[in-house]
Amino acid sequence: MSTTTTTQSGSGIEVRLEKLRRVFAGVVALDELTLTIAPGELVALLGPSGCGKTTALRLVAGLDEVTSGNVVFGGSDVTQLGANRRGVGMVFQAYSLFPHMTAIQNVAFGLQMRHVENSERRKRSGEMLELVGLSGFADRYPQQLSGGQQQRVALARALAIRPKVLLLDEPLSALDAKVRARLRDEIRRVQLEVGITTLFVTHDQEEALAIADRVGVMNKGRLEQLGPPTVIYSRPATPFVAEFVGLTNKLEGTVKDGQVEVRGVRIPLVRPDTPNGPATALIRPEAVSLTGDGASSGPLTGNVIAVAFLGATSRVTVDLGDAIVLAQMPTSEASAHTAGSRVTLKVRPDPVLIAREETAATAAEA
Amino acid sequence: MRARRIKLQAFRVAVFIACGLFFLVPIFAMLEFSTRGNDLSSPRSLDAWTRIPSTPELATAITVSLELALITSVMMLVLILPTMVWVRLRLPKLSRIVEFICLMPLTVPAIALVVGIKPLYIWISLNFTDSILALSFAYLILVLPYAYRALDAGLGAIDLKTLTEAARSLGAGWGTVMLRVVVPNMRSAILNASLLSVALVLGEYTFANLMNYENLQVAIQFVSLVDANTSIAVAVAALLFAFVILLVLSFVGRGRVPAGGLGRTR
Repeated sequence: MSTTTTTQSGSGIEVRLEKLRRVFAGVVALDELTLTIAPGELVALLGPSGCGKTTALRLVAGLDEVTSGNVVFGGSDVTQLGANRRGVGMVFQAYSLFPHMTAIQNVAFGLQMRHVENSERRKRSGEMLELVGLSGFADRYPQQLSGGQQQRVALARALAIRPKVLLLDEPLSALDAKVRARLRDEIRRVQLEVGITTLFVTHDQEEALAIADRVGVMNKGRLEQLGPPTVIYSRPATPFVAEFVGLTNKLEGTVKDGQVEVRGVRIPLVRPDTPNGPATALIRPEAVSLTGDGASSGPLTGNVIAVAFLGATSRVTVDLGDAIVLAQMPTSEASAHTAGSRVTLKVRPDPVLIAREETAATAAEA
Repeated sequence: MRARRIKLQAFRVAVFIACGLFFLVPIFAMLEFSTRGNDLSSPRSLDAWTRIPSTPELATAITVSLELALITSVMMLVLILPTMVWVRLRLPKLSRIVEFICLMPLTVPAIALVVGIKPLYIWISLNFTDSILALSFAYLILVLPYAYRALDAGLGAIDLKTLTEAARSLGAGWGTVMLRVVVPNMRSAILNASLLSVALVLGEYTFANLMNYENLQVAIQFVSLVDANTSIAVAVAALLFAFVILLVLSFVGRGRVPAGGLGRTR
């Protein structure tokens, strides 16, 4: 799902968050977040609202004060530096262009703050607008640009100051789906071209998996798992990650000797050391396939109650009587099943995770 | 649908005319009075108007009132705008208290304010200065509710937090944020607050009179005792001056703003 996982060596520096903690009026918004971003790497922090991802970004930007912990840019501790002295470029969720300035004036603003000579300022601003494909819109005011164009100018503005770190705070969430997908790829292209270390915050799992070198899934102020998108998706470390990233079926079963038995089917476990006993297996919809031998009966036979067309794939919802199961498959296969038809489920023996208290412990990658 | 639109349009025109008459008839009456001759049969004359500059009390009072208006407006902006921005960004829990304090002068009669302030002014005049310009501190309290409301509306119309944070992340200090980002995006609100302050100061009588200062309104009252026509001419001139300021400010306020205004961009 990731567009690419290679990074170019460019102007990036290492960014280290050391036991970053932020408490608001007794409520822990961020709980000792430790994270190292390699030079030129793009890390996405993914999580639901209130999980602390934006707080983490704001602490890195210097827009908020840490309760404890350190922010280190390229070996220098910047925790006590103000936002205007950290040298970060930031793109915000809300449209943040200065409404009284044209696109090029917006891009040049940061250079002006750095007392860059007028001719150099104009040259660099023009280059940045060209980088984001908006060189023909230099003299337009923000109100005369679409949402996507405004965010591209905001990206150009953030990059114009040649920041040490690029911070993206849900920059695509205000855009419609098509523009969002296009701009997402463009952000990745520009990031790779410039080679800048980037922290991207989003609640959209597709966005995070598609754009990032590594994804950090956050929950209740803590980092649940950090890893490449494929690992996050296929080998989630905790039930929360499994449920938050992609759809998941929950089926009751019994763990025995490193496997879980679900309705007569034995499936290997992501963690073979899981203790024996009753458990809930978390199974991805794409691991479930259907056969239409309606005459048979058994624990994995049920009725199709809905077929959702998603384009290249379709999602079939099956009622097993005591449980509802989702199966995702190519649309050509799904078209054989219609609502009301009787089907038998087949579960691919991919390793699965167990939803139990003891497995919910944090398993963040070092 | 069309009939409804015509009715609505007619209603708007009627309201506009009624409001126009409400304001214009007294001004017209004043204008008429100020151009009367010695008696009703005498031809119209501009004698009362030409006497304005040659009446020293009036000329001084006009200058002083304009100075007071300017000082009060500047002090109001320097004091209130940064305070309001800071409260919105850093101390939002205090916004209700600040609003209460700023609106309080509306609820206290001017006479009560004067009674409270006068001992302080006696002390100021004995120890520092007895200049009428010291009145600008008292006027600052008077204009507070109006300026607060105008500036609050302006701040509410922009995404202050995002704009200031964007500017900060690009390397701007707080002074630059205020001058380069906040002020240009609140030009209309600032002009409105300034206009209200100017209008209020030019029309203020109670404070100045009770504290024995001679501003424009007090001077008009004195002159009216000996030359009613000239005092009314000055009053009309002051009103016209306020209208001219309003017009100038509204044109300046439009400035380079592109279509769509300066409000939120979404």
